[in-house]
Amino acid sequence: MLADIRRDALRCYQCGKCSAGCPMGSEMTLKPHDVMRLVATGKARRAAADESIWLCLTCETCSARCPNDCDPAGVIDTLRGLSLEADVADAPRRIGAFHRAFLAQIESNGRLHEMGMVMDYKLRTGDLMKDVTNAPGMVTRGKLSLRPDRIRGMAEVKRIFEKCGEA
Amino acid sequence: MSAVVDTAPAASAATAAVSRAPLAYYPGCSLHGTSREFDESLRAVLAALKVPIAEIDDWSCCGASSAHATDHLLGVALPARNLALAEAQGFSSVLAPCAACYNRLSAARLAFADEEGMAERIPDVLGRPFANTVEVQSVVELLREAAAAIEEKVAAAPTPNPLAGLRLAAYYGCLLVRPPEVAAFDDPEAPTSMDEVITACGADAVGWNMKVECCGGAFSVGRTASVVRLGRAIIEDARRNGAEAIVVACPLCHSNLDLRQKAMLSRGEKPVPVLFVTQVVGLALGLSASKLGLDRHFVDTEPFIRRLVEQAAVRAAAEEKARAEAAAKATARREAVDASADGAPGSTDGGA
Repeated sequence: MLADIRRDALRCYQCGKCSAGCPMGSEMTLKPHDVMRLVATGKARRAAADESIWLCLTCETCSARCPNDCDPAGVIDTLRGLSLEADVADAPRRIGAFHRAFLAQIESNGRLHEMGMVMDYKLRTGDLMKDVTNAPGMVTRGKLSLRPDRIRGMAEVKRIFEKCGEA
Repeated sequence: MSAVVDTAPAASAATAAVSRAPLAYYPGCSLHGTSREFDESLRAVLAALKVPIAEIDDWSCCGASSAHATDHLLGVALPARNLALAEAQGFSSVLAPCAACYNRLSAARLAFADEEGMAERIPDVLGRPFANTVEVQSVVELLREAAAAIEEKVAAAPTPNPLAGLRLAAYYGCLLVRPPEVAAFDDPEAPTSMDEVITACGADAVGWNMKVECCGGAFSVGRTASVVRLGRAIIEDARRNGAEAIVVACPLCHSNLDLRQKAMLSRGEKPVPVLFVTQVVGLALGLSASKLGLDRHFVDTEPFIRRLVEQAAVRAAAEEKARAEAAAKATARREAVDASADGAPGSTDGGA
């Protein structure tokens, strides 16, 4: 995996087009072209430990615009996986909590139960008042259901999570 | 399945062109929850256009950004389960209106076809056979194909079209157009498909700069300030270019621009309604606002729709009046000619 992304990053000639179009670039310490440079020079682990890779929205603008056909979005995807594996994850706490709360819903119901996810997220982050004022409006508009919608094929979903966890 | 198509009433040439065996419908979690109006308006519009759909039985979540951002294999396997179900249930094509679902289902198809070892690995992970035979379609793609049928129906509608001349900004965001090899039905930098649908509805699609910028997607909860920053730029650009509303085909784009819009406006600015593309088509076809779920939005659409309907009525009355006046003038002219012909037959001979 490291060899693959290094090969990709070695094609990068640092024009900066990826960072210019990145919607989160202004909030990142390491912008996409910086990440590419670190990976190309064998410092992928430093990039994997930085919170910038968790600010990527996976909007794919960088990869779609790269004039030399590099794939910064794919490189950052791989770095996020590495950072989780090596437990150097410096995911901004709230973004990581959101992803975990989202996947926990699928693992227990097969589908996303938004109310359950938001409660789980609040417990993970302690951010209990987050969006509380929006909740009544969501309910009156019929956008939040109180009960999860559980699928019949839960055994299949559990198998998918187990098999992916082993890999 | 073919019975649904066979029993369709005698359709015009254009509507017959879009009739087919039912499409597998993959609503995804948002269309069953926070974006119910996308599901409601989709069903209403496809019924009007006589495009049959059938929900995939026991579908599960595609994993959206969260699976994709944290575990590559999970990000392929979760959507693949739904493609495998559609295959087992005898469908050849899946309609995924949510842009995130569309993107993940298409990406799973591509990963299965192109990535080494995926074709063997996925059936094992799923515990069911999967041959990757089902195609994935976005609702924008489907509506673009139905543009001629939409135009014909709008022209034939008994009520005046409330959208005639309305300036709308087609907003594609990321997942409908990127990565280009996954979302291949339109241009990744200058897409036109949704603009074509808007034009078919009799409205004007404005030119603007933020068509394919990201709205902040899944950061709505985890990093709200970034979403507000990105959304504000999108709304300001649409407004600057004369748009009266923004049109989307993604539940994430919708909730980020609609629910979060309060925080994006400066004092005194009028909010910009954010409509699903299916709601736009529904309005043009004369369907009611409540049937299209327009009352479920946070930016109140009621005054906007009322103004459109009133303007359309005024326009129709003015056209009717102009037609009546033209007819009266023509009658008067005819009578004058007849009168002069009766009164002085010689003059017509001389004037010939």
